[in-house]
Amino acid sequence: MKDELALSCPVPAGRYEQVLMAHGGGGRLMHQLLERVFLSAFSNPALDTGHDAAVLDVGSSRIAFTTDSYVVRPLFFPGGTIGTLAVNGTVNDLAMAGARPLGLSAGFIIEEGLPIETLERVVASMQGAAKEAGVAIVTGDTKVVDRGKGDGIFINTAGVGLVEHGLRIAPAAVQAGDAVILSGDVGRHGMAIMAVREGLQFESAIESDCAPLSGPVLDLIGAGVEVHCLRDLTRGGLASALNEIAAGAGVGIAIDERQVPVREDVRGACEILGFDPLYVANEGRFVVFVAGRDRGRAVEVLRRHASCEAAVTIGHVAAGDPGLVTLRSLIGSTRILDMLSGEQLPRIC
Amino acid sequence: MKYMDEYRDPAAAEAWLKAIRGLVTRPWTIMEVCGGQTHAIVKYGLDELLPSQVQLLHGPGCPVCVTPLEKIDRAIALASRPDVIFCSFGDMLRVPGTDRDLLSVKASGGDVRIVYSPLDAVEVARRNPDRQVVFFAVGFETTAPGNAMAVHQAKMTGVRNFSILVSHVLVPPALEAILGSPTCRVQGFLAAGHVCAVMGYREYEPIAERYKVPIVVTGFEPLDILQGVYLCVKQLEEGRAEVENQYARVVSADGNRPAQSVVSEVFEVVNRSWRGIGEIGASGLGLREAFADLDAERRFDLSAVGPRPEPAECISGLVLQGRKKPNECPAFGIRCTPERPLGATMVSSEGACAAYYRHRRKAEG
Repeated sequence: MKDELALSCPVPAGRYEQVLMAHGGGGRLMHQLLERVFLSAFSNPALDTGHDAAVLDVGSSRIAFTTDSYVVRPLFFPGGTIGTLAVNGTVNDLAMAGARPLGLSAGFIIEEGLPIETLERVVASMQGAAKEAGVAIVTGDTKVVDRGKGDGIFINTAGVGLVEHGLRIAPAAVQAGDAVILSGDVGRHGMAIMAVREGLQFESAIESDCAPLSGPVLDLIGAGVEVHCLRDLTRGGLASALNEIAAGAGVGIAIDERQVPVREDVRGACEILGFDPLYVANEGRFVVFVAGRDRGRAVEVLRRHASCEAAVTIGHVAAGDPGLVTLRSLIGSTRILDMLSGEQLPRIC
Repeated sequence: MKYMDEYRDPAAAEAWLKAIRGLVTRPWTIMEVCGGQTHAIVKYGLDELLPSQVQLLHGPGCPVCVTPLEKIDRAIALASRPDVIFCSFGDMLRVPGTDRDLLSVKASGGDVRIVYSPLDAVEVARRNPDRQVVFFAVGFETTAPGNAMAVHQAKMTGVRNFSILVSHVLVPPALEAILGSPTCRVQGFLAAGHVCAVMGYREYEPIAERYKVPIVVTGFEPLDILQGVYLCVKQLEEGRAEVENQYARVVSADGNRPAQSVVSEVFEVVNRSWRGIGEIGASGLGLREAFADLDAERRFDLSAVGPRPEPAECISGLVLQGRKKPNECPAFGIRCTPERPLGATMVSSEGACAAYYRHRRKAEG
């Protein structure tokens, strides 16, 4: 050893010139990709609202329109299938615009060699999910690709819904004093998938929270709750959703970690793999920003639904710190809850 | 969660903070050695809650951060070969090499796989007999037993297409390097509980004695860390310099003998380069001659990938030695972010810069 330790540091990593898996992870890399490639090319008022669904004027009516693709592995997991995700995901994107779902499309990209029986199980699960959500699959498309060029089956769904109220539900409607309400425990879907993939054994299987959310949302609106913004907590989880809204609305959001429900088996799986449940994907959870005076009624209405029986107020919108999400930690200090850079990667130790 | 919630209890945390406040009479500087401890400290905001006289410095104990650039470049070279399946723990994939990282190699068609255990990589080798499988064996004493076991098992069961790229480092030599520096500010250490679970804590006793520095073996939960700080401050205030064990529920004086045994069967102590710090004598583990045929650096011709100069754009070397806080770097949060890191300390979830960026930007940035 020299007396003085040598000091040096790596060179800067270049800008990624290829798409990485992390570009689809729901974190900051994905947002950079959206802005660099898609938003800059497609920019228009409906897209630029940054909402889960576009709201369009059709004559005297307003409709919500959305699409999503599903590439999940494994195809079947505790609590759902790729098919139930494809239906509920699109129903929920419509719900997050405050719309009543009217009809869905379903596009299938199937890899050569997939057993027909597998396809039948997926389709049956989709029909069951559509029935539960009160929506019909009204059009579709099928393509088959060579063996090795798909992952069994990919599904794209699109949906149209009717906006039957005069509320303006968007990040821009969020304002200081709003209450932030979470519809239930977080992290279940992501850890259900990880537990199957990694062969983690628990006393009972972690089940995905996959569920349709239009019922609870329409009830909130029907009850006269002043809803300002809705966001389902898919890729990137609660933390990413709150950051998206804080940035889109130009407000600060303060939440209390002690109020965020996380099931014990989910916490355990997260501990083992080094994940933070606040960043883990969900398929049946959302946050709703409501006028502060309506928080009690909003929680009460949500709790009437089985999928939202653990609904709870987790924080509020603060006047200062635009774009920043802060979290009061379990032991009482305050820190920033940042957006994830890419995917959560398992840690060494 | 049993055995976890007890160590995150806010009332108990406040009691320990009160005890520390009642103890401290003057400024003290304590280094937490392990990146996992840094992560917990920043995540739970422990350093904000401590009295201002107790300053925590972040140590070199993030395995991702200290793996040298040359090793990353060699990993990238191996992962780029069409005949190789390259297996790694997840958080090594984003560490920048000279030109790119392992995630970019994967996006370019390299077969890069995340595994949770080196034994999984041996299994990958068994299932792919026509491919070469290389496991990136990084980490401190914590991961060495598992990696040694994988090597041992591959050798004993005749898995000929398996090898490891070794970059193991050892904690005690790093502590001595920090303490031996003329600019050392560290007055006490929180030693890494996981490392001591394997190695025990006897090897720290000569260091505490020689450098007159208290070393408290400490766990990773908020209450572990607060209790570790308490014990360390108490020694400092009383003028003692001993090894104490806060993490007695996991750590014993002698550690895990079977784990040590497999490590010493497979590995031997070698000189090792630390990213951002430089070479430290006898600070790493390399494969013994008997296992040389499982050494990826011998199996593959990597002579073209030599040591590269590292421009001194960032201060991660100073951060790793506790001489600077991440937010004292002019590039912090501006030219250096988790998306575009200048140094590995901004990459790993255990890296001090990334922990500060995620949790503390506003407070001090």
